[in-house]
Amino acid sequence: MIQDTKADRIFGIVNGVILTLLTLLIAYPLYFVVIASVSDYIAINSGRVVLWPVGLNFDSYQYVLEYNAIWNGYGNTIIITLLGTSLNLALTFTGAYALSKSRLPGMRQCMLLITFTMFFSGGLIPTYIMVSNMGMRNTIWAMILPGAVSAYNLILVRNYYQKNIPAELLQAAMIDGCDDIRVFLSIALPLSAPMLATMALFYGVGHWNQFFEALIYLSDRKMYPLQQVLREILLINSEGTLNMAGNTSTAMAEGSEALAEIINRAETMKYAVIIVASLPVLCVYPFLQRYFMKGMLVGSIKG
Amino acid sequence: MTTSRRGRGAVLALMRKHYQIYLLLLPTLIYFLIFKYGPMYGLQMAFRNYNTGLGIWNSPWVGLKYFKRILSRPYFYQILSNTLTISLTSLIAGFPLPILFSLMLNEMRGGTWKKSIQTITYAPHFISTVVLAAMITIFLSPSSGIVNKAIEALGGKAVNFMMRPECFVPIYVISGIWQGLGWNAIIYVAALASVDPALHESAMIDGASRLQRILHINLPCILPTVIIMLILQTGSLLNVGFEKVFLLSNDAVLETSEVISTYTYRIGIAGAQFSQSAAIGLFNSVVQFIMLVIVNTLARRLSETSLW
Repeated sequence: MIQDTKADRIFGIVNGVILTLLTLLIAYPLYFVVIASVSDYIAINSGRVVLWPVGLNFDSYQYVLEYNAIWNGYGNTIIITLLGTSLNLALTFTGAYALSKSRLPGMRQCMLLITFTMFFSGGLIPTYIMVSNMGMRNTIWAMILPGAVSAYNLILVRNYYQKNIPAELLQAAMIDGCDDIRVFLSIALPLSAPMLATMALFYGVGHWNQFFEALIYLSDRKMYPLQQVLREILLINSEGTLNMAGNTSTAMAEGSEALAEIINRAETMKYAVIIVASLPVLCVYPFLQRYFMKGMLVGSIKG
Repeated sequence: MTTSRRGRGAVLALMRKHYQIYLLLLPTLIYFLIFKYGPMYGLQMAFRNYNTGLGIWNSPWVGLKYFKRILSRPYFYQILSNTLTISLTSLIAGFPLPILFSLMLNEMRGGTWKKSIQTITYAPHFISTVVLAAMITIFLSPSSGIVNKAIEALGGKAVNFMMRPECFVPIYVISGIWQGLGWNAIIYVAALASVDPALHESAMIDGASRLQRILHINLPCILPTVIIMLILQTGSLLNVGFEKVFLLSNDAVLETSEVISTYTYRIGIAGAQFSQSAAIGLFNSVVQFIMLVIVNTLARRLSETSLW
């Protein structure tokens, strides 16, 4: 083994230090949201919350928990995510497995047809009009069907099948009398477990964070998914948001100080709202990191 | 004649034998035909005076009317210029950083520390655009945001960043780097993992330093991946995503923030000018496709790496 030179060792240390500082810089905004969500709002507004919580309390979470619109949005998003991701996975994996059989007649043409959609699209308005004409407005289908398969993910999984599943194994199963669907379900699919986890994560996060379709297709407030509710609370500052932090009409009667307190508190509660909305996703992805790193490695190389 | 008939017979036999494979493909194919090719068929509304009651096929044909109208509007050029400013700034500032990051990460010995750095830098990617926009708005708030608190602590005056047109592009680009740095590096990290260790060993025997090995082994090895990513990004320069711009902008900054996608939304869906908006969308798609083809051809000539 060749020894690192002194210069190389110094290089390694400097490299590590820079990366660590960079990571802390990237982590800080998220960390700040966490400590602000459990701090006293007067301390935050006066800039005293910097490295750790000041005036530790969980009042913000209490108010958020009592705010029904969030839970309604949460419920809608969970349904959309479960149903949507299941459909995404079903279509992506069956399609990718079929497309991986590039020797079969017609498969290359189908592949071309699908790849083309990555680079050219009908655009917003024709899609919007078509989806509306199909009667999907204000239904859960508008959140699920228009994005049921991502061409990019489909190709990633297809490449994975072509490179990672030995053709001999599949042929042997065919000789043993399994038909194609059987081979797909009991051999190809289990062998693609890392890819399944990766895709479940990608699609799942996509649905959890889905906003655009909700904006253009949903007008019924009961249907609003989490992100749409979040937008109202976090960015539009409606009166409803203030009511979340206290009763504005009584405060108005009591005077401007009481109202100012409610406005300040609403501002602080936003931190808790961000945590409540993002926590599920931020808790899940580290467990799947191993898989998506591997999945991206194998799938992204051109086959 | 006979061979072709036999050939066709063999093809049909193969298809019949594997009919289940076609069955597996069918739902996915139907999806693409309806939801991707359906709107492409609907694009003809850009050449018609689309009327909801008449439908696409029966609405009167008006030819290039809407295209002429867009191209004669000065506002359209402003939007085009905003779109290009945002995407070019993002590309120039944001494209090299993940490459640098992955090269540096690759120099770290594996282990918990390296894995933690990766996990933490991926986190912003998983945050929704709504939350990202909210975090930016909260942090930059002139009355209570930490950025302005820091400016005041250093003796400066609070700035209302979100209301200043000249701040929109920096806010957009910097937050984009924050959100994408770690995640966009994954593809390069993956490419670096496949570099042959024998190359490094022989270079070390020849006395190459770490920096030399990064520059002369690692960088050339990931160059094809870099070129592919560059082609894809250059090809989508006109495609500044809707959500982030929509959520971050307000009437005060519209002069720098309005891009093609938000404009299409505003006049098309909020304003119900369907044909006009579809024409802008079609113009955008065509220009984008041409750009992709040009960049791809250039890349193939210059580097022998290309998408197709």
